[in-house]
Amino acid sequence: MADVIGSALKRHEDIRLIRGKGQYTDDMKIPGMVYASMVRSPYAHARIVAVDTAEARRVPGVQAVFTGRDLKDEVGMVPTAWIPPDSDMKMTPHPALAYDFVRYAGDAVAVVIADTPYIAQDAADLVRVEYDAMPAVTNPRDAAKEGAPLVHEDIAGNVAFHWKAGVSVDEVFNKAEVVVRHEFRQQRLVPSAMEPRAAVAQWNAATDELTVWVTTQNPHIHRLLMSGMLGIPEHKLRVVAIDVGGAFGSKIACYPDEVVVSWAARKLNRPVKWTETRSENFTVTTHGRDHVEEVEVAGTKDGHIQAIRVKAYANLGAYLSTAAPGVPTILFGLIVNGAYAIPHASAEVFGMLTHTTPVDAYRGAGRPEATFLVERMVDLYSEAVGMDPLAVRKINLIPADAFPYTNPFTLQYDSGNYQGALAKALEMVDYQQFRKEQDNLRKQGKYVGIGFSTYVEMCGLGPSEVAGAVGFQGGLWESATVRVHPTGKVTVFTGASPHGQGEETTFAQIVAQELGLPPEDIEVVHGDTAKIAMGWGTYGSRTTVVGGAAIHMADQKVIEKARKIAAHKLEVGEDDVAFEQGLFSVKGLPARTVTFQEAALDAYLAWSLPKGMEPALEGTAFYNPENFTYPFGTHIAMVSVDPETGDIELMRYVAVDDVGIVINPMLVEGQIHGGLVQGIGQALYEGAEYDDQGQLLTGSFLDYAMPKARFFPKFETAHTVTPSPHNPLGVKGVGETGAIASTPAIVNAVMDALAPFGIHDLPMPLTPRKVWQAIAAKGGTH
Amino acid sequence: MYTAPFDYRRAHDTQEVVTWLQEDPDNTKIIAGGHSLLPLMKLRLASVARLVDISQVAELQGIREDMGGLRIGAFTRHAQLAKDPAVREAAPLLASAAAVIGDMQVRNRGTIGGSLCHADPAADLPAALLALNAELVIAGPGTERRESLDAFFLAPFITTLAADEVLTAIVVPRMVPGAKSTYLKRPHPASGYPVIGVAAWVSVSGGRVEDCRIALTGIGPVPFRAARSEQVLTGRAFSREAIAEAAREAAGSGTLEDDEDGYKSQLCQVYVSRALGDIAQGAG
Repeated sequence: MADVIGSALKRHEDIRLIRGKGQYTDDMKIPGMVYASMVRSPYAHARIVAVDTAEARRVPGVQAVFTGRDLKDEVGMVPTAWIPPDSDMKMTPHPALAYDFVRYAGDAVAVVIADTPYIAQDAADLVRVEYDAMPAVTNPRDAAKEGAPLVHEDIAGNVAFHWKAGVSVDEVFNKAEVVVRHEFRQQRLVPSAMEPRAAVAQWNAATDELTVWVTTQNPHIHRLLMSGMLGIPEHKLRVVAIDVGGAFGSKIACYPDEVVVSWAARKLNRPVKWTETRSENFTVTTHGRDHVEEVEVAGTKDGHIQAIRVKAYANLGAYLSTAAPGVPTILFGLIVNGAYAIPHASAEVFGMLTHTTPVDAYRGAGRPEATFLVERMVDLYSEAVGMDPLAVRKINLIPADAFPYTNPFTLQYDSGNYQGALAKALEMVDYQQFRKEQDNLRKQGKYVGIGFSTYVEMCGLGPSEVAGAVGFQGGLWESATVRVHPTGKVTVFTGASPHGQGEETTFAQIVAQELGLPPEDIEVVHGDTAKIAMGWGTYGSRTTVVGGAAIHMADQKVIEKARKIAAHKLEVGEDDVAFEQGLFSVKGLPARTVTFQEAALDAYLAWSLPKGMEPALEGTAFYNPENFTYPFGTHIAMVSVDPETGDIELMRYVAVDDVGIVINPMLVEGQIHGGLVQGIGQALYEGAEYDDQGQLLTGSFLDYAMPKARFFPKFETAHTVTPSPHNPLGVKGVGETGAIASTPAIVNAVMDALAPFGIHDLPMPLTPRKVWQAIAAKGGTH
Repeated sequence: MYTAPFDYRRAHDTQEVVTWLQEDPDNTKIIAGGHSLLPLMKLRLASVARLVDISQVAELQGIREDMGGLRIGAFTRHAQLAKDPAVREAAPLLASAAAVIGDMQVRNRGTIGGSLCHADPAADLPAALLALNAELVIAGPGTERRESLDAFFLAPFITTLAADEVLTAIVVPRMVPGAKSTYLKRPHPASGYPVIGVAAWVSVSGGRVEDCRIALTGIGPVPFRAARSEQVLTGRAFSREAIAEAAREAAGSGTLEDDEDGYKSQLCQVYVSRALGDIAQGAG
């Protein structure tokens, strides 16, 4: 049998998904179910004067209308689950339905529950809310200014926290030969998963149990948080998320809507469904990024970077979402030196509150922001010292013999060969030839550019001890149960909660390889707290790294027990039994064998087990990683810019990623492509914008430019393989690399193309109009 | 989101459509493909008490030869326009504009009449039909009138069509034999609507431009003809210089929107120049 690990198996889950047989939350239909529609504030900031529900209640088919005051004493505040240490963080009280103030356009003030979703929406329009509108602030830097409208009355200066990392680098800067300063705006992005959010809640009055089907990346975290808010103990609360249609971080958070529906199901003793509209998805589901970053780099005249200093204002929106405080701090500030051996670094972050949709994790979550600023600064520094950006990268990349490498923030990069990935990328791109052609084309008035991103990221979240030390209010280990049935078929239970990534396939491959079974004999079960004892979910490229490792450990327990059974049957010592490709054999006597299936049957029949052995065959393991994993690579973008229109054409995109051992190359390729599209989307197309009153101007796909497949050339991908030394599978995680690496590669390439005009930086997204304006401001064609 | 409740009626002839419109002209809307109207109703930006479905009105369908041109039923879908042999032969400019509207789903639902009556300033077809000198056939209570498309668009989403009138057909004159045409579109990356769409045809005789028409959409409050550009070209050699000069006159031929930085003027010049360049190279 050929190796299953490393083979491009088609996705097991697609058999149901592409035939419309998936089990998404909105597919739930329960007899007697009623439907919820939210009444949302049109104002970004207002005092709620009065809510009149009388007219809505009179609509035939309306079962109930609840306001913030109805929930106030029965439902706890929506919590945040990340408290960065030493940051003086202020909690932002977040009622599930607002009753005193609304703090962003979309904040819910009431819910209408009716026999049909149509009646619910019609009646929601009849709920009369009297608002006393107040001034709003939307930009994180403006929010910090004296006199800015306060989002929460008792949080001075709108600063939710002030977090610092690293030691003072002032002396290095004071003595440096070259200092480059720049300010970047990481624009706000809308995650835009294909499936909007939804929740269905059912109360069982006989057992006092609540079941909630919900679009979540982490059902057990949802259960924990909702248990606290609803006052329903965890053993009476079941959270189910079977098929989830994408999330990109936006389904980590526990949202008010889900809590409202759950509370109402118990109150009414009726199943209640709520399904988000796409418009609501734009305005109330968490957004990503949104930083203002002041960055300084100190270095020598000959290209050695000595220090980086970062001060960032992170826009967190109106309330602190579940993981929000961790994203611009731990996941950003600790890795701003990137893949470079920069000896000195410091980071300082102001977590700012504004009258905008809450911001939380979005694919990459903090690491794209960090990678962007360091990769852009390397280019700006190269320009300042008059050196080629590739040469400067070669000088400063962490050398291959320096691993494990401790960065200035004491993160330990596990393994790497950054030069190897760069070399491979340069085999695919003839850099010197490109530079020659670039010169020739410029003489003809044509502008092409090349941009690098030699990135590293931290993922595979993560060591639970570190989670605790950095203020995450949970563990980051993962659970697995490998249950072998009497016939040798296997059900795998994982605490990770894949929602489109394909781990039903990847995990089956791990088990198939390790137990020597055909992949179709293995079923992977996830996303149900009633079936899986505990788990921490899917985010931070952790599912295969941490969840997969737990499965590997559980496999070993199964093999160990089955080996004892086989030895007993073969009447030899355990140490004399070899296990290969699903077959136990006596070492040196290959004809004497017991199949894995025979051992499984023996385990269940228990007619003749080794003395003292318990029946049945299953392994349960809990894997707590000892470190994060650090994927890395080199991305190269080649663009041409049309000075007449400002149009940017992406001519080629080369991505060499090292994500450690690859389990399914097709799924890895898919993850990289998806990440690239989102990262390039940030560079060129996407951007959420608010007006001064806090109205989202980009509230639909008519205005918010989601990238389309036709915008892109065929991506050229390749890999180097540097296994993670501490991960039992050697894997590093691939879910976010594309989104992390690509954004600066594109911007670097466009700025390289625009260099003859004296343009060094432009704010993202680099729309043609901005590019044209910049060229026009420099006097047009040079 | 869901629409507010509304009545739905399916009409069987034009007179029935007009009668129903007359009953409550302000709160009744005709639905054809529904690709513009339904999103507005779902967002509750349009409130309509009654929808009149014209998909079963035989008189509004079909494309036939008419006095040396084409008579196109208002309910003709974009996909039909794009592939219809008579359209491709007599008015290839219209077929090529129809072929790049929205995506396949939109082209399979949307109709020529719906596009014109909705009068979205960023619709594709108006540019092609203005360049083709199209005429509209409009039925009202007991009347039928004809109107040049030139006069039809008053403002964004506003036309001369009265609330109790229905557009029944679009009459498109046959293009000048030998004329070359193109529809050049710059789609918005989010919506796919043209940021600018340039429809143009040129007929050249003896090395000189005998006649030409250029119309722009997407760039102003209403689609417009680049009359000044046409004047520059007519009678001139179809040269690079003439094209450049004509392109410079495009923006001044109509009213642009959102042009404080001059970007829209620039797009007019660039796109008219490129469209004419394509025609000159025979690529149109």
